[in-house]
Amino acid sequence: MVAATLERPLPRAADREAGARLSVEGVSHAFAIRGAALPVLDRIGLAVEPGGFVALLGPSGCGKSTMLRLVAGLEPPDAGRIAVDGARVAGPDPARLLVFQDPTLYPWRTVRGNVALGLEARGVGRERAARADAALRLVGLDGFAEVYPHQLSGGMAQRAALARALVNEPRLLLLDEPLGKLDALTRLAMQAEILRLWQEKRFTALLVTHDVEEALVLAERVIVLSDRPAAIRADIPVDRPYPRHRDDPNLVRLRREILGILGQPT
Amino acid sequence: MPPLRRGGLAVVLALVLPVTLALGWEVAVDTGAASGRLLPPPSRIGATLADLAASGDLLTHVAATLVRVGLGFLCGAAAGILAGAAVAMLPAVRRLIDPSLQALRAVPSLAWVPLFILWFGILETPKILLIAVGVFFPVYVGVSGAIASVDRKLVEVGRVYRLSRLALARRILLPAVLPATLVGLRTGLGLGFLFVVAAELMGASEGLGYLLVDGQQFGKPDQILAAIIAFALVGKLADTVLVALTRPLTRWQDTVRESL
Ligand SMILES: Nc1ncnc2c1ncn2[C@@H]1O[C@H](COP(=O)(O)OP(=O)(O)OP(=O)(O)O)[C@@H](O)[C@H]1O
Ligand SMILES: [Mg+2]
Repeated sequence: MVAATLERPLPRAADREAGARLSVEGVSHAFAIRGAALPVLDRIGLAVEPGGFVALLGPSGCGKSTMLRLVAGLEPPDAGRIAVDGARVAGPDPARLLVFQDPTLYPWRTVRGNVALGLEARGVGRERAARADAALRLVGLDGFAEVYPHQLSGGMAQRAALARALVNEPRLLLLDEPLGKLDALTRLAMQAEILRLWQEKRFTALLVTHDVEEALVLAERVIVLSDRPAAIRADIPVDRPYPRHRDDPNLVRLRREILGILGQPT
Repeated sequence: MPPLRRGGLAVVLALVLPVTLALGWEVAVDTGAASGRLLPPPSRIGATLADLAASGDLLTHVAATLVRVGLGFLCGAAAGILAGAAVAMLPAVRRLIDPSLQALRAVPSLAWVPLFILWFGILETPKILLIAVGVFFPVYVGVSGAIASVDRKLVEVGRVYRLSRLALARRILLPAVLPATLVGLRTGLGLGFLFVVAAELMGASEGLGYLLVDGQQFGKPDQILAAIIAFALVGKLADTVLVALTRPLTRWQDTVRESL
Protein backbone atom coordinates (compact mmCIF):
# COMPACT_ATOMS: atom_id res chain seq x y z
CA MET A 1 0.00 0.00 0.00
CA VAL A 2 2.80 2.37 0.91
CA ALA A 3 4.67 1.52 -2.30
CA ALA A 4 1.61 2.25 -4.43
CA THR A 5 1.16 5.74 -3.04
CA LEU A 6 4.83 6.43 -3.67
CA GLU A 7 4.40 5.87 -7.40
CA ARG A 8 2.65 9.21 -7.61
CA PRO A 9 4.66 11.83 -9.51
CA LEU A 10 6.23 14.83 -7.85
CA PRO A 11 3.65 17.49 -7.05
CA ARG A 12 3.68 20.25 -9.64
CA ALA A 13 4.98 23.63 -8.57
CA ALA A 14 1.50 25.18 -8.69
CA ASP A 15 0.27 22.59 -6.18
CA ARG A 16 2.87 23.45 -3.66
CA GLU A 17 1.51 26.73 -2.43
CA ALA A 18 0.15 25.11 0.73
CA GLY A 19 3.68 25.26 2.07
CA ALA A 20 5.29 28.30 3.67
CA ARG A 21 8.42 30.06 2.44
CA LEU A 22 11.19 29.96 5.03
CA SER A 23 14.07 32.35 5.10
CA VAL A 24 16.90 32.29 7.59
CA GLU A 25 19.42 35.10 7.31
CA GLY A 26 22.68 35.39 9.21
CA VAL A 27 21.37 33.58 12.26
CA SER A 28 23.83 33.10 15.11
CA HIS A 29 23.02 31.76 18.52
CA ALA A 30 24.89 30.99 21.72
CA PHE A 31 24.02 29.45 25.06
CA ALA A 32 25.46 30.57 28.35
CA ILE A 33 26.95 27.64 30.21
CA ARG A 34 28.31 28.60 33.64
CA GLY A 35 28.86 32.17 32.59
CA ALA A 36 30.81 31.25 29.46
CA ALA A 37 29.19 31.67 26.06
CA LEU A 38 28.86 28.48 24.03
CA PRO A 39 28.39 29.49 20.39
CA VAL A 40 26.06 27.01 18.71
CA LEU A 41 24.99 28.54 15.40
CA ASP A 42 27.31 30.61 13.24
CA ARG A 43 25.72 32.91 10.65
CA ILE A 44 23.35 30.39 9.15
CA GLY A 45 21.65 31.47 5.94
CA LEU A 46 19.03 29.30 4.36
CA ALA A 47 16.04 29.76 2.08
CA VAL A 48 13.41 27.12 1.51
CA GLU A 49 10.80 27.45 -1.23
CA PRO A 50 7.15 26.83 -0.41
CA GLY A 51 6.56 23.09 -0.41
CA GLY A 52 10.26 22.30 -0.37
CA PHE A 53 11.81 19.44 1.57
CA VAL A 54 15.20 20.22 3.08
CA ALA A 55 17.25 17.94 5.29
CA LEU A 56 19.80 19.17 7.83
CA LEU A 57 22.72 16.85 8.51
CA GLY A 58 25.48 17.42 10.99
CA PRO A 59 27.50 15.92 13.81
CA SER A 60 25.83 15.29 17.15
CA GLY A 61 25.61 18.38 19.35
CA CYS A 62 26.37 20.79 16.51
CA GLY A 63 23.17 22.78 16.90
CA LYS A 64 20.55 21.13 14.66
CA SER A 65 17.82 20.97 17.30
CA THR A 66 18.64 24.53 18.31
CA MET A 67 18.13 25.60 14.72
CA LEU A 68 14.67 24.02 14.64
CA ARG A 69 13.74 25.50 18.02
CA LEU A 70 14.58 28.96 16.71
CA VAL A 71 12.51 28.44 13.56
CA ALA A 72 9.64 27.11 15.70
CA GLY A 73 9.81 30.33 17.70
CA LEU A 74 10.57 28.67 21.04
CA GLU A 75 13.55 30.99 21.48
CA PRO A 76 14.61 34.15 19.66
CA PRO A 77 17.97 34.01 17.87
CA ASP A 78 20.80 36.11 19.30
CA ALA A 79 21.49 37.58 15.90
CA GLY A 80 20.01 37.42 12.43
CA ARG A 81 16.50 37.09 11.13
CA ILE A 82 14.13 34.20 10.65
CA ALA A 83 11.05 34.85 8.55
CA VAL A 84 8.20 32.68 7.38
CA ASP A 85 6.34 34.00 4.36
CA GLY A 86 8.12 37.27 4.90
CA ALA A 87 6.93 37.72 8.49
CA ARG A 88 9.49 37.64 11.26
CA VAL A 89 9.13 34.69 13.62
CA ALA A 90 8.26 36.02 17.06
CA GLY A 91 6.92 32.95 18.84
CA PRO A 92 5.31 29.57 18.33
CA ASP A 93 2.55 29.38 15.76
CA PRO A 94 0.24 26.52 14.81
CA ALA A 95 1.14 27.02 11.15
CA ARG A 96 4.75 26.18 11.96
CA LEU A 97 5.04 23.07 14.07
CA LEU A 98 7.95 21.21 15.58
CA VAL A 99 7.87 17.46 16.04
CA PHE A 100 10.36 16.78 18.82
CA GLN A 101 13.14 14.21 18.95
CA ASP A 102 10.99 12.28 21.50
CA PRO A 103 7.28 11.83 20.88
CA THR A 104 6.56 13.64 24.21
CA LEU A 105 2.92 12.61 24.46
CA TYR A 106 0.94 13.44 27.59
CA PRO A 107 0.57 10.17 29.49
CA TRP A 108 -2.73 11.21 31.08
CA ARG A 109 -4.42 11.89 27.77
CA THR A 110 -5.64 9.34 25.30
CA VAL A 111 -4.03 9.32 21.89
CA ARG A 112 -7.02 11.27 20.57
CA GLY A 113 -6.68 13.81 23.40
CA ASN A 114 -3.00 14.22 22.59
CA VAL A 115 -3.63 14.72 18.89
CA ALA A 116 -6.39 17.22 19.60
CA LEU A 117 -4.10 19.42 21.74
CA GLY A 118 -3.52 22.12 19.12
CA LEU A 119 -7.20 22.22 18.12
CA GLU A 120 -8.14 22.56 21.77
CA ALA A 121 -5.72 25.45 22.23
CA ARG A 122 -7.26 27.20 19.24
CA GLY A 123 -10.77 26.69 20.53
CA VAL A 124 -11.91 24.26 17.85
CA GLY A 125 -14.91 22.62 19.49
CA ARG A 126 -17.36 20.43 17.71
CA GLU A 127 -15.23 18.86 14.98
CA ARG A 128 -12.26 18.32 17.28
CA ALA A 129 -12.61 14.57 17.76
CA ALA A 130 -13.45 13.97 14.11
CA ARG A 131 -10.41 15.89 12.91
CA ALA A 132 -8.14 14.16 15.41
CA ASP A 133 -9.43 10.79 14.22
CA ALA A 134 -8.86 11.79 10.61
CA ALA A 135 -5.25 12.70 11.43
CA LEU A 136 -4.82 9.36 13.17
CA ARG A 137 -6.11 7.61 10.06
CA LEU A 138 -3.56 9.54 8.05
CA VAL A 139 -0.69 8.03 10.03
CA GLY A 140 -2.25 4.58 10.18
CA LEU A 141 -3.33 4.73 13.81
CA ASP A 142 -7.08 4.38 13.32
CA GLY A 143 -8.48 2.27 16.12
CA PHE A 144 -5.98 3.60 18.66
CA ALA A 145 -7.75 6.85 19.51
CA GLU A 146 -8.93 5.68 22.95
CA VAL A 147 -5.63 4.17 23.94
CA TYR A 148 -3.12 5.79 26.33
CA PRO A 149 0.42 6.58 25.10
CA HIS A 150 2.13 3.89 27.18
CA GLN A 151 0.07 1.33 25.31
CA LEU A 152 1.70 2.32 22.02
CA SER A 153 4.94 1.02 20.55
CA GLY A 154 7.78 3.48 19.94
CA GLY A 155 6.96 3.79 16.26
CA MET A 156 3.26 4.26 16.97
CA ALA A 157 4.01 6.96 19.55
CA GLN A 158 6.17 8.74 16.99
CA ARG A 159 3.33 8.52 14.47
CA ALA A 160 0.90 9.89 17.05
CA ALA A 161 3.25 12.85 17.56
CA LEU A 162 3.26 13.34 13.80
CA ALA A 163 -0.56 13.24 13.75
CA ARG A 164 -0.64 15.80 16.57
CA ALA A 165 1.23 18.18 14.25
CA LEU A 166 -0.58 17.26 11.01
CA VAL A 167 -4.07 17.80 12.43
CA ASN A 168 -3.26 21.51 12.55
CA GLU A 169 -2.45 21.50 8.83
CA PRO A 170 0.91 23.21 9.36
CA ARG A 171 2.42 25.04 6.42
CA LEU A 172 5.90 24.39 7.74
CA LEU A 173 6.69 21.12 9.47
CA LEU A 174 9.92 20.92 11.49
CA LEU A 175 10.98 17.34 12.11
CA ASP A 176 13.73 16.76 14.67
CA GLU A 177 15.07 13.25 14.09
CA PRO A 178 11.55 11.89 14.28
CA LEU A 179 12.74 8.41 13.36
CA GLY A 180 15.95 8.38 15.37
CA LYS A 181 14.87 5.78 17.88
CA LEU A 182 13.06 3.38 15.59
CA ASP A 183 14.25 0.01 14.36
CA ALA A 184 15.37 -0.24 10.75
CA LEU A 185 12.14 -1.67 9.34
CA THR A 186 9.78 0.74 11.12
CA ARG A 187 12.09 3.50 10.02
CA LEU A 188 11.75 2.62 6.35
CA ALA A 189 7.97 2.42 6.63
CA MET A 190 7.85 5.78 8.42
CA GLN A 191 10.08 7.42 5.82
CA ALA A 192 7.67 6.30 3.12
CA GLU A 193 4.81 7.63 5.22
CA ILE A 194 6.40 11.04 5.73
CA LEU A 195 7.07 11.25 2.01
CA ARG A 196 3.47 10.33 1.21
CA LEU A 197 2.12 12.92 3.67
CA TRP A 198 4.42 15.60 2.26
CA GLN A 199 3.32 14.84 -1.30
CA GLU A 200 -0.31 14.83 -0.23
CA LYS A 201 -0.34 17.89 2.05
CA ARG A 202 2.32 19.93 0.29
CA PHE A 203 3.68 21.52 3.47
CA THR A 204 7.25 22.78 3.58
CA ALA A 205 9.45 20.34 5.49
CA LEU A 206 12.69 20.86 7.38
CA LEU A 207 14.04 17.55 8.60
CA VAL A 208 16.93 17.07 11.00
CA THR A 209 18.53 13.66 10.79
CA HIS A 210 21.93 12.10 11.19
CA ASP A 211 21.18 9.35 8.73
CA VAL A 212 22.66 10.40 5.37
CA GLU A 213 20.60 7.84 3.49
CA GLU A 214 17.39 9.07 5.07
CA ALA A 215 18.20 12.62 4.03
CA LEU A 216 18.91 11.50 0.47
CA VAL A 217 15.77 9.40 0.12
CA LEU A 218 13.48 12.13 1.43
CA ALA A 219 14.85 15.60 0.77
CA GLU A 220 15.14 17.76 -2.32
CA ARG A 221 18.15 19.44 -0.75
CA VAL A 222 20.60 18.29 1.86
CA ILE A 223 22.39 20.85 3.98
CA VAL A 224 25.51 19.71 5.76
CA LEU A 225 26.47 21.55 8.92
CA SER A 226 29.90 21.80 10.47
CA ASP A 227 30.78 20.85 14.02
CA ARG A 228 29.74 23.32 16.73
CA PRO A 229 29.26 26.19 16.18
CA ALA A 230 27.28 24.99 13.18
CA ALA A 231 27.95 26.75 9.91
CA ILE A 232 26.75 25.57 6.53
CA ARG A 233 29.44 23.38 4.97
CA ALA A 234 27.55 22.30 1.87
CA ASP A 235 24.16 22.73 0.26
CA ILE A 236 23.54 19.75 -2.02
CA PRO A 237 20.55 19.49 -4.33
CA VAL A 238 19.19 15.95 -4.71
CA ASP A 239 17.73 16.11 -8.15
CA ARG A 240 16.18 12.66 -8.36
CA PRO A 241 12.53 11.74 -8.84
CA TYR A 242 10.51 10.04 -6.12
CA PRO A 243 10.23 7.27 -5.15
CA ARG A 244 13.94 6.95 -4.68
CA HIS A 245 15.88 3.79 -4.18
CA ARG A 246 18.69 3.59 -1.75
CA ASP A 247 20.95 1.85 -4.29
CA ASP A 248 20.38 4.46 -7.02
CA PRO A 249 23.99 5.10 -8.18
CA ASN A 250 23.41 8.85 -8.05
CA LEU A 251 22.37 8.66 -4.44
CA VAL A 252 25.26 6.36 -3.63
CA ARG A 253 27.62 8.92 -5.12
CA LEU A 254 26.01 11.77 -3.18
CA ARG A 255 26.20 9.73 -0.03
CA ARG A 256 29.91 9.21 -0.45
CA GLU A 257 30.34 12.91 -1.10
CA ILE A 258 28.38 13.90 2.01
CA LEU A 259 30.18 11.41 4.23
CA GLY A 260 33.40 12.88 2.90
CA ILE A 261 32.30 16.35 3.95
CA LEU A 262 31.29 15.04 7.36
CA GLY A 263 34.80 13.62 7.65
CA GLN A 264 33.81 9.99 7.67
CA PRO A 265 35.71 7.26 5.83
CA THR A 266 33.72 6.16 2.78
CA MET B 1 -2.93 -21.92 39.84
CA PRO B 2 -5.48 -19.27 38.85
CA PRO B 3 -4.70 -15.89 40.41
CA LEU B 4 -7.97 -15.71 42.34
CA ARG B 5 -7.39 -18.96 44.18
CA ARG B 6 -3.81 -18.05 44.85
CA GLY B 7 -4.97 -14.71 46.30
CA GLY B 8 -7.49 -16.54 48.47
CA LEU B 9 -4.81 -18.90 49.66
CA ALA B 10 -2.55 -15.96 50.52
CA VAL B 11 -5.30 -14.46 52.68
CA VAL B 12 -5.86 -17.77 54.46
CA LEU B 13 -2.13 -18.19 55.06
CA ALA B 14 -1.83 -14.64 56.37
CA LEU B 15 -4.66 -15.28 58.84
CA VAL B 16 -3.28 -18.55 60.22
CA LEU B 17 -0.93 -16.94 62.74
CA PRO B 18 -3.16 -14.23 64.26
CA VAL B 19 -6.23 -16.47 64.40
CA THR B 20 -4.30 -19.32 66.03
CA LEU B 21 -2.82 -16.96 68.63
CA ALA B 22 -6.18 -15.37 69.35
CA LEU B 23 -7.95 -18.72 69.71
CA GLY B 24 -5.08 -20.07 71.82
CA TRP B 25 -5.27 -17.10 74.16
CA GLU B 26 -9.04 -17.37 74.38
CA VAL B 27 -8.78 -21.03 75.38
CA ALA B 28 -5.94 -20.32 77.82
CA VAL B 29 -7.97 -17.68 79.65
CA ASP B 30 -11.13 -19.78 79.47
CA THR B 31 -9.52 -22.80 81.08
CA GLY B 32 -7.92 -20.63 83.74
CA ALA B 33 -4.37 -21.35 82.54
CA ALA B 34 -3.89 -17.57 82.26
CA SER B 35 -5.66 -14.79 84.09
CA GLY B 36 -6.12 -12.47 81.10
CA ARG B 37 -5.97 -9.49 83.39
CA LEU B 38 -3.31 -7.56 81.44
CA LEU B 39 -4.13 -9.04 78.06
CA PRO B 40 -7.85 -9.74 77.85
CA PRO B 41 -9.04 -12.47 75.48
CA PRO B 42 -10.53 -11.50 72.12
CA SER B 43 -14.07 -12.13 73.30
CA ARG B 44 -13.74 -9.55 76.08
CA ILE B 45 -12.24 -6.95 73.73
CA GLY B 46 -15.11 -7.60 71.33
CA ALA B 47 -17.62 -7.20 74.14
CA THR B 48 -16.04 -3.90 75.23
CA LEU B 49 -16.12 -2.63 71.68
CA ALA B 50 -19.78 -3.67 71.38
CA ASP B 51 -20.65 -1.94 74.68
CA LEU B 52 -18.93 1.25 73.57
CA ALA B 53 -20.76 1.14 70.30
CA ALA B 54 -24.13 0.41 71.90
CA SER B 55 -23.87 3.27 74.40
CA GLY B 56 -23.00 5.69 71.58
CA ASP B 57 -19.67 6.48 73.26
CA LEU B 58 -17.70 4.93 70.44
CA LEU B 59 -19.36 7.19 67.90
CA THR B 60 -18.63 10.26 70.06
CA HIS B 61 -14.96 9.36 70.38
CA VAL B 62 -14.52 8.41 66.74
CA ALA B 63 -16.25 11.61 65.66
CA ALA B 64 -14.04 13.74 67.91
CA THR B 65 -10.90 12.12 66.53
CA LEU B 66 -12.08 12.38 62.93
CA VAL B 67 -12.93 16.08 63.29
CA ARG B 68 -9.42 16.77 64.63
CA VAL B 69 -7.71 14.75 61.92
CA GLY B 70 -9.96 16.30 59.29
CA LEU B 71 -9.30 19.89 60.33
CA GLY B 72 -5.60 19.30 60.85
CA PHE B 73 -5.37 17.51 57.51
CA LEU B 74 -7.13 20.33 55.67
CA CYS B 75 -4.92 23.02 57.21
CA GLY B 76 -1.69 21.05 56.81
CA ALA B 77 -2.47 19.93 53.26
CA ALA B 78 -3.51 23.41 52.12
CA ALA B 79 -0.37 24.95 53.62
CA GLY B 80 1.78 22.16 52.16
CA ILE B 81 0.36 22.59 48.68
CA LEU B 82 0.73 26.38 48.76
CA ALA B 83 4.24 26.34 50.16
CA GLY B 84 5.31 23.48 47.86
CA ALA B 85 3.99 25.25 44.77
CA ALA B 86 5.54 28.57 45.75
CA VAL B 87 8.92 27.02 46.46
CA ALA B 88 8.94 25.05 43.22
CA MET B 89 7.83 27.91 41.00
CA LEU B 90 9.54 30.94 42.52
CA PRO B 91 13.31 30.57 42.94
CA ALA B 92 13.47 33.55 45.31
CA VAL B 93 10.92 31.94 47.62
CA ARG B 94 12.80 28.66 47.45
CA ARG B 95 16.05 30.25 48.57
CA LEU B 96 14.22 32.14 51.27
CA ILE B 97 12.10 29.46 52.93
CA ASP B 98 13.14 25.99 51.78
CA PRO B 99 16.27 25.74 53.97
CA SER B 100 14.30 26.76 57.07
CA LEU B 101 11.50 24.32 56.29
CA GLN B 102 14.00 21.52 55.73
CA ALA B 103 15.55 22.31 59.09
CA LEU B 104 12.15 22.29 60.80
CA ARG B 105 11.34 19.01 59.08
CA ALA B 106 14.27 17.45 60.90
CA VAL B 107 12.63 18.18 64.26
CA PRO B 108 10.68 15.14 65.50
CA SER B 109 7.23 16.64 65.53
CA LEU B 110 6.34 15.36 69.00
CA ALA B 111 9.03 17.67 70.34
CA TRP B 112 6.63 20.54 69.63
CA VAL B 113 4.03 19.22 72.08
CA PRO B 114 5.26 21.03 75.23
CA LEU B 115 5.67 24.27 73.36
CA PHE B 116 2.22 24.08 71.78
CA ILE B 117 0.68 23.40 75.18
CA LEU B 118 2.47 26.41 76.64
CA TRP B 119 1.34 28.61 73.79
CA PHE B 120 -2.17 27.42 73.13
CA GLY B 121 -3.27 25.58 76.27
CA ILE B 122 -4.68 22.09 76.04
CA LEU B 123 -7.87 22.71 74.07
CA GLU B 124 -8.43 22.04 70.39
CA THR B 125 -6.00 24.56 68.85
CA PRO B 126 -2.71 22.84 69.78
CA LYS B 127 -4.12 19.45 68.77
CA ILE B 128 -5.18 20.57 65.32
CA LEU B 129 -1.95 22.48 64.89
CA LEU B 130 0.15 19.46 65.79
CA ILE B 131 -1.74 17.31 63.29
CA ALA B 132 -1.39 20.02 60.66
CA VAL B 133 2.38 20.11 61.23
CA GLY B 134 2.52 16.36 60.73
CA VAL B 135 0.48 16.53 57.53
CA PHE B 136 2.31 19.58 56.18
CA PHE B 137 5.75 18.12 55.56
CA PRO B 138 4.99 15.11 53.37
CA VAL B 139 2.58 17.21 51.30
CA TYR B 140 5.12 20.02 50.99
CA VAL B 141 7.91 17.67 49.93
CA GLY B 142 5.62 15.80 47.53
CA VAL B 143 4.24 18.89 45.82
CA SER B 144 7.50 20.82 45.51
CA GLY B 145 9.33 17.74 44.23
CA ALA B 146 6.57 16.96 41.73
CA ILE B 147 6.49 20.46 40.29
CA ALA B 148 10.26 20.73 40.13
CA SER B 149 10.54 17.46 38.23
CA VAL B 150 7.90 18.15 35.58
CA ASP B 151 9.52 17.31 32.25
CA ARG B 152 10.49 20.56 30.55
CA LYS B 153 9.57 19.01 27.23
CA LEU B 154 5.95 18.54 28.27
CA VAL B 155 5.73 22.27 28.84
CA GLU B 156 7.47 22.98 25.54
CA VAL B 157 5.00 20.89 23.59
CA GLY B 158 2.29 22.99 25.20
CA ARG B 159 4.07 26.13 24.05
CA VAL B 160 4.48 24.84 20.49
CA TYR B 161 0.73 24.32 20.32
CA ARG B 162 0.20 27.71 21.92
CA LEU B 163 -1.69 26.76 25.06
CA SER B 164 -2.46 29.83 27.14
CA ARG B 165 -0.74 30.16 30.51
CA LEU B 166 -3.92 29.11 32.27
CA ALA B 167 -4.37 26.09 29.99
CA LEU B 168 -0.70 25.20 30.49
CA ALA B 169 -1.17 25.20 34.26
CA ARG B 170 -4.49 23.39 34.20
CA ARG B 171 -3.96 20.88 31.41
CA ILE B 172 -0.27 20.13 31.79
CA LEU B 173 1.22 21.11 35.14
CA LEU B 174 -1.74 19.98 37.21
CA PRO B 175 -2.09 16.48 35.76
CA ALA B 176 1.69 16.09 35.76
CA VAL B 177 2.01 16.81 39.49
CA LEU B 178 -1.20 15.14 40.61
CA PRO B 179 0.10 11.59 41.21
CA ALA B 180 2.99 12.70 43.44
CA THR B 181 0.71 15.17 45.22
CA LEU B 182 -1.76 12.43 46.00
CA VAL B 183 1.00 10.23 47.38
CA GLY B 184 2.00 13.17 49.61
CA LEU B 185 -1.61 13.60 50.74
CA ARG B 186 -1.93 9.91 51.59
CA THR B 187 1.29 9.91 53.57
CA GLY B 188 0.09 13.10 55.24
CA LEU B 189 -3.20 11.53 56.22
CA GLY B 190 -1.37 8.55 57.72
CA LEU B 191 0.80 10.90 59.75
CA GLY B 192 -2.32 12.81 60.75
CA PHE B 193 -3.57 9.67 62.50
CA LEU B 194 -0.20 9.18 64.11
CA PHE B 195 -0.27 12.71 65.48
CA VAL B 196 -3.86 12.69 66.63
CA VAL B 197 -2.87 10.01 69.14
CA ALA B 198 -0.10 12.23 70.47
CA ALA B 199 -2.44 15.21 70.47
CA GLU B 200 -5.14 13.39 72.39
CA LEU B 201 -2.64 11.93 74.82
CA MET B 202 -1.76 15.47 75.87
CA GLY B 203 -5.16 15.88 77.44
CA ALA B 204 -8.59 15.41 75.97
CA SER B 205 -12.01 14.58 77.29
CA GLU B 206 -13.08 12.69 74.21
CA GLY B 207 -11.53 11.00 71.20
CA LEU B 208 -10.00 7.59 70.64
CA GLY B 209 -6.76 8.83 72.20
CA TYR B 210 -8.71 9.73 75.32
CA LEU B 211 -9.97 6.13 75.47
CA LEU B 212 -6.32 5.03 75.48
CA VAL B 213 -5.36 7.34 78.36
CA ASP B 214 -8.50 6.52 80.29
CA GLY B 215 -7.91 2.80 79.79
CA GLN B 216 -4.39 3.12 81.11
CA GLN B 217 -5.32 5.21 84.16
CA PHE B 218 -8.16 2.95 85.23
CA GLY B 219 -6.48 -0.32 84.29
CA LYS B 220 -8.82 -1.29 81.48
CA PRO B 221 -6.62 -3.06 78.90
CA ASP B 222 -9.71 -4.23 77.02
CA GLN B 223 -10.65 -0.58 76.43
CA ILE B 224 -7.12 0.23 75.24
CA LEU B 225 -7.21 -2.63 72.77
CA ALA B 226 -10.70 -1.69 71.62
CA ALA B 227 -9.46 1.86 70.93
CA ILE B 228 -6.46 0.51 69.05
CA ILE B 229 -8.72 -1.60 66.86
CA ALA B 230 -10.99 1.39 66.27
CA PHE B 231 -7.94 3.47 65.29
CA ALA B 232 -6.86 0.87 62.77
CA LEU B 233 -10.31 0.62 61.22
CA VAL B 234 -10.91 4.38 61.08
CA GLY B 235 -7.43 5.05 59.66
CA LYS B 236 -7.82 2.43 56.98
CA LEU B 237 -11.29 3.71 56.17
CA ALA B 238 -10.09 7.32 55.83
CA ASP B 239 -7.28 6.21 53.51
CA THR B 240 -9.72 4.22 51.39
CA VAL B 241 -12.05 7.19 51.13
CA LEU B 242 -9.19 9.48 50.10
CA VAL B 243 -8.09 7.04 47.41
CA ALA B 244 -11.65 6.57 46.17
CA LEU B 245 -12.26 10.33 46.02
CA THR B 246 -9.10 11.00 44.05
CA ARG B 247 -9.29 7.95 41.83
CA PRO B 248 -11.14 9.68 38.97
CA LEU B 249 -8.32 12.24 38.79
CA THR B 250 -5.69 9.63 38.03
CA ARG B 251 -7.78 7.12 36.15
CA TRP B 252 -5.21 7.02 33.35
CA GLN B 253 -2.75 5.46 35.75
CA ASP B 254 -5.00 2.44 36.14
CA THR B 255 -4.21 1.40 32.59
CA VAL B 256 -0.52 1.82 33.37
CA ARG B 257 -0.86 -0.44 36.39
CA GLU B 258 -2.83 -3.04 34.44
CA SER B 259 -0.08 -3.29 31.88
CA LEU B 260 2.65 -3.79 34.49
N1 LIG C 1 19.06 25.04 26.76
C1 LIG C 1 20.38 24.92 26.57
N2 LIG C 1 21.23 25.50 27.42
C2 LIG C 1 22.56 25.42 27.23
N3 LIG C 1 23.13 24.75 26.22
C3 LIG C 1 22.33 24.14 25.34
C4 LIG C 1 20.92 24.19 25.46
N4 LIG C 1 20.37 23.48 24.44
C5 LIG C 1 21.42 23.02 23.73
N5 LIG C 1 22.59 23.41 24.25
C6 LIG C 1 23.93 23.14 23.71
O1 LIG C 1 23.91 23.50 22.36
C7 LIG C 1 24.62 22.56 21.59
C8 LIG C 1 23.75 22.12 20.43
O2 LIG C 1 22.63 21.41 20.93
P1 LIG C 1 21.54 20.80 19.95
O3 LIG C 1 20.55 20.12 20.79
O4 LIG C 1 21.07 21.86 19.03
O5 LIG C 1 22.42 19.75 19.14
P2 LIG C 1 21.98 18.74 17.99
O6 LIG C 1 22.73 19.10 16.77
O7 LIG C 1 20.51 18.68 17.90
O8 LIG C 1 22.55 17.36 18.54
P3 LIG C 1 21.95 15.88 18.41
O9 LIG C 1 22.20 15.44 17.01
O10 LIG C 1 22.77 15.11 19.38
O11 LIG C 1 20.51 15.96 18.75
C9 LIG C 1 25.02 21.43 22.52
O12 LIG C 1 26.39 21.56 22.78
C10 LIG C 1 24.23 21.67 23.77
O13 LIG C 1 25.03 21.38 24.88
MG1 LIG D 1 19.07 17.27 18.43
